[in-house]
Amino acid sequence: MKPGISGKITSISGATVRTDLSGLTLFERVSVGLHNLTGEVVRLEKEGTVLQVYEDPSGLGLDEPVQGHGASLTTTLGPGLLSVMFDGLQRPLDILAAKTGSFIHPIHLESSLDLKKQWSFTPLVNKGDTVSGGVKIGYIDEGAFQHPIIIPPDKKGRVESMAQGAITLEEPLCSLEDGSRIFGYHSWPMRVPRPYRKKINPQGPVITGQRIIDFLFPLARGGTSIIPGGFGTGKTILEQTIAKHADVDIVIYAGCGERGNEMSELIEEFLELVDPRSKSPLMDRTVLVVNTSNMPVAAREASIYTAVTLGEYYRDLGFHVLLLADSISRWAEALREISSSLEEMPGEEGYPTYLASRLSSFVERAGVVETLSGDIGSLSMILSVSPPGGDFTEPVTQALLRTSGAFLMLDTGLANSRHFPAINWMQSYSLYQNTLADYFAKNVSRDWEVLRILCREIMHKEEALKEIMEIVGIDGLQEEDRLVMTVAEKIRSGFLAQNAYTADAFCSPQKTMDIIRSFTDQFLKGQDRTKGKPENETL
Amino acid sequence: MRLSEHKYKTTSKIAGQLLYVENVHAARIGEVVKVIGPHDIVLEGEILEIVKGNILIQLFGETRGLNAENMEIVFSDTIRQVPLSRDILGRRFNGSFEPLDGLPMFYASKWRPARGYPINPVARLRPQEFIETGISAIDGLNTLVKGQKLPIFSCAGMPAKELVAQILQNARLRESSKGFAVIFVALGLTFHEYSFYLEALQNIESEFAAIINMADDPVMERLMAPRFALTVAEYLAFDHDMDILVLITDMTNYCDALREISNARKELPGRRGYPGYMYSDLASLYERAGRIKDSQGSITMIPVITMPEDDITHPIPDLTGYITEGQIVLSRELHQQGIFPPIDVLPSLSRLMQKGIGAGRTRDDHRDLANQLYKNYAKGRELKKLEAIVGREGMSEGDRLLLDFATQFENEFVHQEGLARSIYQTLDKGLEILEKFNLAPDALLKQKAEA
Repeated sequence: MKPGISGKITSISGATVRTDLSGLTLFERVSVGLHNLTGEVVRLEKEGTVLQVYEDPSGLGLDEPVQGHGASLTTTLGPGLLSVMFDGLQRPLDILAAKTGSFIHPIHLESSLDLKKQWSFTPLVNKGDTVSGGVKIGYIDEGAFQHPIIIPPDKKGRVESMAQGAITLEEPLCSLEDGSRIFGYHSWPMRVPRPYRKKINPQGPVITGQRIIDFLFPLARGGTSIIPGGFGTGKTILEQTIAKHADVDIVIYAGCGERGNEMSELIEEFLELVDPRSKSPLMDRTVLVVNTSNMPVAAREASIYTAVTLGEYYRDLGFHVLLLADSISRWAEALREISSSLEEMPGEEGYPTYLASRLSSFVERAGVVETLSGDIGSLSMILSVSPPGGDFTEPVTQALLRTSGAFLMLDTGLANSRHFPAINWMQSYSLYQNTLADYFAKNVSRDWEVLRILCREIMHKEEALKEIMEIVGIDGLQEEDRLVMTVAEKIRSGFLAQNAYTADAFCSPQKTMDIIRSFTDQFLKGQDRTKGKPENETL
Repeated sequence: MRLSEHKYKTTSKIAGQLLYVENVHAARIGEVVKVIGPHDIVLEGEILEIVKGNILIQLFGETRGLNAENMEIVFSDTIRQVPLSRDILGRRFNGSFEPLDGLPMFYASKWRPARGYPINPVARLRPQEFIETGISAIDGLNTLVKGQKLPIFSCAGMPAKELVAQILQNARLRESSKGFAVIFVALGLTFHEYSFYLEALQNIESEFAAIINMADDPVMERLMAPRFALTVAEYLAFDHDMDILVLITDMTNYCDALREISNARKELPGRRGYPGYMYSDLASLYERAGRIKDSQGSITMIPVITMPEDDITHPIPDLTGYITEGQIVLSRELHQQGIFPPIDVLPSLSRLMQKGIGAGRTRDDHRDLANQLYKNYAKGRELKKLEAIVGREGMSEGDRLLLDFATQFENEFVHQEGLARSIYQTLDKGLEILEKFNLAPDALLKQKAEA
């Protein structure tokens, strides 16, 4: 970090501060005021620089100092991230609580990671080896998790010496011949996507354990699903249920502008619940980035970048990562607030016109990649959206629809009749279904696709018949249609609905197949009966 | 810190509650200023914006009679703080936190900023202790727990205040160890409503404090009153381990005030003219409810909202619903049928119910019973629409049964004029109606037999 330059505050409006300081770079990190509030350069003008402050600006005064850091806002990446809850600026919330008590006061923390903690390091390369960005030089045991240590993407050279055994993050693990030292952690500017060798088309699915998702609207590894829904439609419960059960290595959960109580609930549950794969608490595979609705708005804007940079880091280590963000609308609103305080020209519904491009470049950070060291890693995203008034024509939902691969529409009507997950099976879709059909045929059952089509057909017929039935009653329907109605009702309550509070919260693809088969068999048999045919073989 | 008070006479503009001052040398955001006008007018204000030497100040109180040339602005170098003491209980204050009851101001033992600080999510304690309100539609199907924020979504002309009065009357928070108190915040209330609430408060046995902004009081104070109240609530709950119920009525007036001030500041209007930051602003109030790990106390919040045009998708109920942990929705239809309280349980919801009910909290059959009641009532309501088309005669026997169940559920379970029911009475009532229509599952009956 080069010694920063300093100046004075000339104007303050909300969290937007102007300074007479020139010579800063765009998106450079700054310390603002007597309490060293964290800020970022958002605009350079002839008469000074415009800054966005990420903490509560009340009490900030005219002529207070502003100091540049010479580097942009970064995310710190290394061992010790797992099971920690960070705020939007990657400050560990438990350390904040230890320093300022139950309420958050503006405070400056040195590092996001515990640099004093002792780790055990096992090297994988030797003196004289040539290493470059992304190469694994060893690993640190982080509880049950083996944390590979990689060369930061922007470094390379020949190894001069390697450390081994007990070590802290303050000590270098490796020195290169050019004199540069490699530590167990490095920092990465959060707004810049991390590099990889190449992107690969998604192949396998992320098994969420939710029947309606895995069977009807599957998510591919490296893909993006969006979950828009009005309030009370169960977005958060669905995201949390998926966070618990998804078959991925690492979960990054971003609580963006949502409720504080939900977060305490989540920590409590994740500490209790055991990951069936690793047999350790779910928390051990999870990193939480939390900026609740009452925490500073600008840090909420930064929080999803912190989360996605964390996700990319684990992807670069060769893991399958799932990023869940709840909710992207709150991020967009933060963007709108910042934009409006910068007096930018508003676009649709007051959102800045760059809303769609920011969203699409964010969503593009998902994907399956060949990492710099040649491993395969993936980052998948499930993003919830909170459309005002439950109206999906609003800009955030619309912008995300263009860039994401699956749309899981939450339905207020279903939620009101306590059908959860309240995913509407008529309007939701997944663009990954064809890509994933092969996988399911090979790994679960060759009938997967056939039954999926049949199931959708039954549900479509039910929808069409519903109106007629409202008028004539079920007894007025033809026998064949009555069969559709009975089976559809069973599929709805016994297959599409899933209770997140019981053992049914997770359903394996095999079990999913067995359940739907029992209903479709019933349907096919019934159909044969009504047509007077002898019962033939069922699927 | 500046060494002395400094004063300016350089007012450049006054617009409504906003005051612009030029050539100021030192100022900070949120700083409290005193404005001394002609005829001994003294007003307080707060600095909103600093653009070089030009300062924008938001004034509290009546600005009529101010004169730009004849005015002195005194900068205090402190941000707005709330005086705190246990002596607040039993007192009434206005929206500027000045006593309304004719008694002198209490002696403050602590001062804290009115805006408060956000609770660190790791310091929060998950709310899970059941609060009995005595109202079946709430206790049985939308259970309230300590530390929850559960708004009432009402419509113009509906008996929200009677419902609130009943909750106040019955809420069994009184068993708490270090005491229970109500903080009542009136925002833009008419005298008629105000006197109703005051009487209800005086009839309860618990202590209370009231912060009152009447319909004809300054709009700016409407935005400050809930912040004073919540700072007081935090002090009583987390410094004195008390269980505090904060009742705010009517949040619709608050949001309209927010829109008015935002408009005066020439900010960009959002949906229906409300500012784009309304979500964050509402969250800065609602999120102050809860419990924390290092205190026994709790803040439970019941905000009342009057939905304009009975529209639940209007920005005020919409944004509220996204922040609060559920909502109690009143229905005009039920009200017209003479049902009190006219709570429509279908769109109502308590997000924290799952952890607050069951064995050890209420009764072990609570969850099953609630699900069964809800499910059948939802079906019955759906069938009512059908009945309007095909007539009762055109329906199957099973459907007719559900129709009758729905009617009986409304008339006997939801409806409960004046009388409070204990949670056991509520659950027994529910089971009784289910049994009458043969809708109780065997598991429930078995549990009952065992009990």
